[in-house]
Amino acid sequence: MSTVQEVVTEAPVIEDAIPKKAMALGPVASLVILALLIATPLFVKNFIIFQMTMWLIYAIAVLALNILTGASGQFSLGQSAFYALGAYTSAILMEHGDINYVLTLPVAGLICFIAGFLFGLPALRLSGIYLALATFALATAMPQLLKLGVFEHWTGGVQGLVVTKPDAPAILASLGLKVSQDMWLYYFTLAVSILIYIFSVNLLRSRSGRAMMAIRDNEIAASAMGVDVSLYKTLAFGVSAGITGVAGGLGAIAVQFVAPDGYTIQLAVALFLGMVVGGVGWLPGSLAGAAFIVFVPNIAESVSKGLSGAVFGVILILIIFLVPHGARQIAYGAQGLIGKLRRN
Amino acid sequence: MMQAQLAQQAPAGSAAPLLEVRDVSVVFGGIIALNGVSFDMQKGHILGLIGPNGAGKTTLFNCLSRLYQPSKGDILLEGASILKRPAHKISEIGIGRTFQNVALFPNLSVLDNVRVGTHARTNSDIISDSLKLPWVRKGEAAINKRVHEILGYLDLHDVAHTIVAGLPFGTQKRVELARALAAQPKILLLDEPAGGLNHEEVYILGDLIRRIRDDHGVTVLLVEHHMGLVMSIADHVVALNFGRKLAEGTPVQVQNDPDVIKAYLGSKDS
Repeated sequence: MSTVQEVVTEAPVIEDAIPKKAMALGPVASLVILALLIATPLFVKNFIIFQMTMWLIYAIAVLALNILTGASGQFSLGQSAFYALGAYTSAILMEHGDINYVLTLPVAGLICFIAGFLFGLPALRLSGIYLALATFALATAMPQLLKLGVFEHWTGGVQGLVVTKPDAPAILASLGLKVSQDMWLYYFTLAVSILIYIFSVNLLRSRSGRAMMAIRDNEIAASAMGVDVSLYKTLAFGVSAGITGVAGGLGAIAVQFVAPDGYTIQLAVALFLGMVVGGVGWLPGSLAGAAFIVFVPNIAESVSKGLSGAVFGVILILIIFLVPHGARQIAYGAQGLIGKLRRN
Repeated sequence: MMQAQLAQQAPAGSAAPLLEVRDVSVVFGGIIALNGVSFDMQKGHILGLIGPNGAGKTTLFNCLSRLYQPSKGDILLEGASILKRPAHKISEIGIGRTFQNVALFPNLSVLDNVRVGTHARTNSDIISDSLKLPWVRKGEAAINKRVHEILGYLDLHDVAHTIVAGLPFGTQKRVELARALAAQPKILLLDEPAGGLNHEEVYILGDLIRRIRDDHGVTVLLVEHHMGLVMSIADHVVALNFGRKLAEGTPVQVQNDPDVIKAYLGSKDS
C-alpha cells in the first residue's frame, strides 16, 4: 500500500507540468530559502539591505493578491488602493498618534480587511474582466482621494507625510550587537513576512481555503456542497486587502514617506505582474514575483538607460513565452529533474 | 396524494414520505417548464424520474437543489419546506447532488474535492483556520477520517492525490459520488449519472447506486435517460412529459402505461 501511495503522490509532479495541489514549498526548500534570507544581510551593504526589505514587502503584497486571484479566482487591479490605505494608516498613527510602529501594522491590516470586505460586497455582482475594471477604478481614484483637502490635516495632502525610521530595540545594543536601522527593519519585515506566509498557507490548506478554491473552480458545485459563495468571496477580498495593508504599512516605515503619487495604478499593475511571474496560486512564487518587480527594472536600466522600459518589456515577453506558469513551473521542473537524477 | 397529506398530519409516522413535491410549477418567461407536478419519495427508495428531452426533469431537479425557485407549489423535506433556503443551505439538511456533466473542482485533488463535500457538516472561521488552532486540527482529523472511509468505499484511494482534471470520466463520476456522500445526505439527487458511460459501466453504476442506498441508508432520486438503468434499479418511477406528470408507479406499471409508451418509448421508435 505504501509503495502504491508513494508512486501516486509523486506521479503528478512529472506527469503534468502544473499540478495546483501544492500551494507551498516542502520543508527542505523552505529552510534553505529561510537560511538565505537570514544570512544574506550580514554580508551586504545597507542599500542592498533596504532593497531586500522592499522585496519582502512587495512579496507580502503579491502573496495577498495570490490569495485573492490564485485561491478564490477573483481579479484585482486595485491592490495599490489597499496598499495606500495601509501605508497612510501606519504613517498617520505613527506621526499624529505617536503610536509604536509595530502596533500600527495590525491596525492597518484590520482597517484594510474591513475596506476590502466592504468593497467585496458590491464586487460580488461582477466577475472576471468586469471585476478587474471595478478594482481598476478603485486604484485610479485612491491617489486623488488622498489629496482631498478634507483629510489634508491628517494626510499632508499632496506633500504627503514623513515617517520616522525606527531604531533597533535598545536591548540589542545592550547585548553588544550593532544593528543598523536598515538591518533591523529588514529582520522585522522578515519576521512579519514569515508569520503572514505561515498563516496564509494554513488558511489555504484549511476548510476555508478549500471553500475558496472550490468557488474558483466551480461556483455552482461549491454552493451545492454548502459553501456560502458570497461570504467566502468577500472574505477572500478582506483577507487579501488586510495583508496588502500590512505590506503598505511596512512600506511606509521602510521608505519613511507616504505621498499620494506613490500609490498609483502602476503599483497595482506591478503587483499583478509579480503574481503572474511568480505563478498564480503558488504562494512561494510571490517571493520570485516580487524579486522580478523590484530588481528587473534595475537590470533593465543597467542594460540601456534610454530604453529601460523596452528592455523590461522584452524580458517580460520572454518569460511569458518560455515559462508561462512562472516561477512555479521552474520549481516543479527542477523538482522533476532532481527526482529523475535520484532514480538513475 | 390524499394519503400523503394524511401521513403528514401524523408527525414522524413511519409511512411519512421523506420528500414531498407538491404541485410544483416553474415558468420561464412565457414558457411553462413544469406544470403542477406532485409526487412523494419514500425513505430508502430509489425513485426514477424519466421523460423525453424537455420534459422538465432537470428543471425539477434544479428546484430540489434550489437553483430555481418554483413559481407555485412547495417542496417538503420531512414535512418542512425547503423553498426558503438558499442553495448553499440545502446540503446541511441532507440533500446532496451530482451534476449532469460532472461538476468537480478540476484543479483540486480527489482528496480535496471530497473534503469540500464535508463543508456543510463542519464549522470553522478564517482566523482559527489561519492560526491552525487545536480545534481546527481536530476538525481536520475528523474530516480526513470520514473522507478516507468514503474513498475506500468507492475504491478511490489509488487516485486520492491526483488532480481530478486528468482522471477518466468514469472515475470523475465516482469522485462526484464520493463528494456528495461526504456530506452524509439523506437524499442523493443524481442527474443522469449514466450519461457518457458504456454498457458495462452503466451496469456497474446501477449496482453501485443500489449498494450506496443499502449501506448508507440514502434515498435516491435518479434522473435518467437510460431506461434500462432506471427500470432495473428503481423502486418507483415518475414519468414526465411537457412539464406534466404523465404516470407514476412501479417500473413495470410505468413501462406498460399507454401514455408513457406513446410519449416516450413510442416516440423513440418512430
